[in-house]
Amino acid sequence: MAVDMTEVRQLFFEESFENLDNMESNLLDLSIGPIDKELVNSIFRVAHSIKGGAGIFKFEHIINFAHVTETLLDEMRKAEHLVTQPLIDLLLRSVDIMRMILTSLQEGTKVDEQEVLDCENQLKSFLKTPIEVPFLEGHKSTSSTNNTIIPPTIPPIDPAEMLIEGWHINFKPYPTLLATGNDPINLFRELANLGTLEIFPNSQQIPSFLALEPQTCYLSWELNLHGQLPKTVVEEIFEWVEGDCDLEITPLKKNLPSQIAPNLHPISLVPSGKSSQREELSASSQKLNAEASSTSLRSAPIQLGQPVEIKTEKVETETQSAPPFTLPLSSSMENPTLSIEAINSPIPSLPLHLETLSLPLEDPVKPPLDSSLDTHTHRNNSSEATSIRVGIDKIDDLINIVGELVITQSMLDQVGEDFDNSKLIQLRDGLSQLERNTRELQESVMRVRMLPISYSFNRFPRLVHDLSVQLGKKVELKLSGIHTELDKTVLEKMSDPLVHLVRNALDHGIEIPLQRQLVGKSETGLLHLHAFHQGGNIMIQISDDGAGIDLEKIRQKAIQQKLIAPEDRPSEEQLYELIFQPGFSTATQVSDLSGRGVGMDVVRRNIRSLGGAIEVQSTLNKGTVFKIRLPLTLAILDGQLVRVGQEIYILSLLSIIESLRIKPQLVNLLAGKAEVYKLRDDYIPILRLYDLFQVTPGTTQLDQGLLVIVEGDGQKIGLFVDELLSQQQIVIKSLETNFKKIQGISGATILGDGSVALILDVAGLIQLFHGRTQITVPRSASFTRNLI
Amino acid sequence: MTQEVTTVSNKYLTFVLATEEYAVDILRVQEIKGWSKVTPIPNTPDYICGVINLRGTIVPIIDLRLRFGLPCLEYGPMTVIVVLRVISNQRERIMGIVVDAVSDVYDVIETEIKPPPDFGSVISIEFVKGLVTVDEKMVIILDIDRLLNSNELAIVEPLTH
Repeated sequence: MAVDMTEVRQLFFEESFENLDNMESNLLDLSIGPIDKELVNSIFRVAHSIKGGAGIFKFEHIINFAHVTETLLDEMRKAEHLVTQPLIDLLLRSVDIMRMILTSLQEGTKVDEQEVLDCENQLKSFLKTPIEVPFLEGHKSTSSTNNTIIPPTIPPIDPAEMLIEGWHINFKPYPTLLATGNDPINLFRELANLGTLEIFPNSQQIPSFLALEPQTCYLSWELNLHGQLPKTVVEEIFEWVEGDCDLEITPLKKNLPSQIAPNLHPISLVPSGKSSQREELSASSQKLNAEASSTSLRSAPIQLGQPVEIKTEKVETETQSAPPFTLPLSSSMENPTLSIEAINSPIPSLPLHLETLSLPLEDPVKPPLDSSLDTHTHRNNSSEATSIRVGIDKIDDLINIVGELVITQSMLDQVGEDFDNSKLIQLRDGLSQLERNTRELQESVMRVRMLPISYSFNRFPRLVHDLSVQLGKKVELKLSGIHTELDKTVLEKMSDPLVHLVRNALDHGIEIPLQRQLVGKSETGLLHLHAFHQGGNIMIQISDDGAGIDLEKIRQKAIQQKLIAPEDRPSEEQLYELIFQPGFSTATQVSDLSGRGVGMDVVRRNIRSLGGAIEVQSTLNKGTVFKIRLPLTLAILDGQLVRVGQEIYILSLLSIIESLRIKPQLVNLLAGKAEVYKLRDDYIPILRLYDLFQVTPGTTQLDQGLLVIVEGDGQKIGLFVDELLSQQQIVIKSLETNFKKIQGISGATILGDGSVALILDVAGLIQLFHGRTQITVPRSASFTRNLI
Repeated sequence: MTQEVTTVSNKYLTFVLATEEYAVDILRVQEIKGWSKVTPIPNTPDYICGVINLRGTIVPIIDLRLRFGLPCLEYGPMTVIVVLRVISNQRERIMGIVVDAVSDVYDVIETEIKPPPDFGSVISIEFVKGLVTVDEKMVIILDIDRLLNSNELAIVEPLTH
């Protein structure tokens, strides 16, 4: 059994989380009223498969919990319930609970048992039929050394049953019971967990040894279970053998030993929680000592009706591969339910050599959660590597392209073997093919990292559901473009900003139903998340039809915070820009606006760090639209090479609006130093790159160079450069790996000739530029640097 | 990585800067290469020549002459870059230093390294690990981790004001 389960376990977690996500979205799709069978079925399947998967690893918490959930869902499936909001909420909560349990199992932290129990009881209160205990017979009987018993969950006791002393159970299994994989000893052990248990086996049916069929159950039992328990608890234990036995459960009254057939001797099973390493079965006075084999069994002193000593040792096999079964030793032995691995019994009359008698007598009951779980979790900590699911079509694509690449390579190889000028055309063809292959390969590899945005969007139905309930608003969430693919890193980093924006839209955008009615809108607000491609970008739009942003209030607030002067007439764009100022609206008392700005600076910072941008459009009482623009990928960018003196810099094509030759008459001076360029209706500040970067320029005459109008941070600026070179795809290399971050530079790349070129960060440049123009003190004089 | 204090000698690579001989732990030396065109980085101190492409990674180059306040030499085919592995903030960074010439490899017994005398504020000795005499000559052993992590080279804070 030395299979490394770590990987399997990891897979189980991944699958379960994914399943839970599905379950959640299905739950949110459930409409109130009659049951949508299809939907409930798929929800049920999730609970079921989580329970099943957890069974393999014996994650008791999740098994129990999933079982209760499953039972409720099963009832729903049978249309015993109507879908109600509380029911959906409860099921959603149970999803959360399962997620929590799984997370804590994965991380090895403690489960919040109280909450689990709480939710479990709520679930049970919804149930119409009493719950059965999930019984992992398959897994249990195979792992005889590590037998675990699920601590039964005890529902509140019916007051009527409080008076009952205990239960008398008449348990007559059919001969075929063992073939179903059930072992009575497991049942008894669970009963013993509930209270004091007396067991009276009836072995009269056992035939002579020759006629004995080892896979047949000849025994029946009468049991007395002492303790105040609801009948359902007892019934639950027998749930799994239902149909394989005759079962009678009657209340046990005081002083009624007469219920037991007189010829039966009692065996008492002490609740296993209390029994330490051994279980004692006391029968009559005589003793029989079975010594457990050193491999798996610990000593289990058994007292039976015969003075026989059974020594268990490693045995040579006579019975090959016997399935687990109970061994009725002989009629003279009163307690045949023991099954012991590897028994060699030296009883003369019973020359048995049995190899496998599964006999879970060996001290089974270790609190499973403490021991086995700990070892699991330790291993889990190390396996936190993130993985990515890639569609097989993407992999196939890759393989195809690599195949083509190999062909191209061998073709070039052939051309190069005895090369002369006649093969020049072939060479050129080959090279262009190589170029195409390389580009395709690059694109395909990039595609592997791409995930549909639904990974991020899928959490919103739940969020919106919860928030709208909490806020007392009616909101319809519309998702579109959920198959738009994004780089995994981008997607992960976008998660929080998106949540924030959605939260904001719900909290401050969409109004309460009453207010909506007042302004003549439908009660239900609409929140639309839309993702699509535009140019080389991914656009994400978050639009609501709520109250919109009141620009006047922003203006007032800005004046109050001295961000603008009262006489200023800022443009709409400038006012929206204020939303993104750190702490802008945190202090505001204007209820409708409060929070609109909280964290918006963080949102924008996150988006910017991904090379994206966010803008906002809003109409009062009509709604607000946030538009987020993101680059497709982080590692490669379409670059425009520009030359300043001897240096080559790269600008992201996305940031360039236009480039133009400067007409000197359109250049104006502001306060005698700051140059601005009149571009149509705009005045755009001119940034002389050579000046900012202290490089020897090719020219300082504005009309001899070019002005590249770039946009960053929502601001436009004109970069004065000597000339534009080619446009090409460039691979971004970090400067920080071996150096550090330099303002105005977002990274570096290696050009075709092997030299390094710096990639300009427009937003950073603008900041740098503003820093320079504001602080008029010249930068340190030490900039008389020697250039190559 | 760092030199252990044993009687076992460690090997040091020495190089010449003006007339002085400096040494660095040879285990930190990744390679020695000739001069290649450097891409200057704007708004950095003058002793940071810029960055080069070292087989696909971007490596900053520091001119030690300028770092030590010596007059700068013109870079040419004879200029040598010593590429070093520097430990900073628990990770390894690759940096190159420009020196006049590479000189020799010496065995230096750790116990023979003398602490540098205190010159007060006349000369900054914070990058000097110690002095050692080899063949009657004084060799200055550099603490490259200190040297290349100091001030503007530190990764943590940005340079701009």
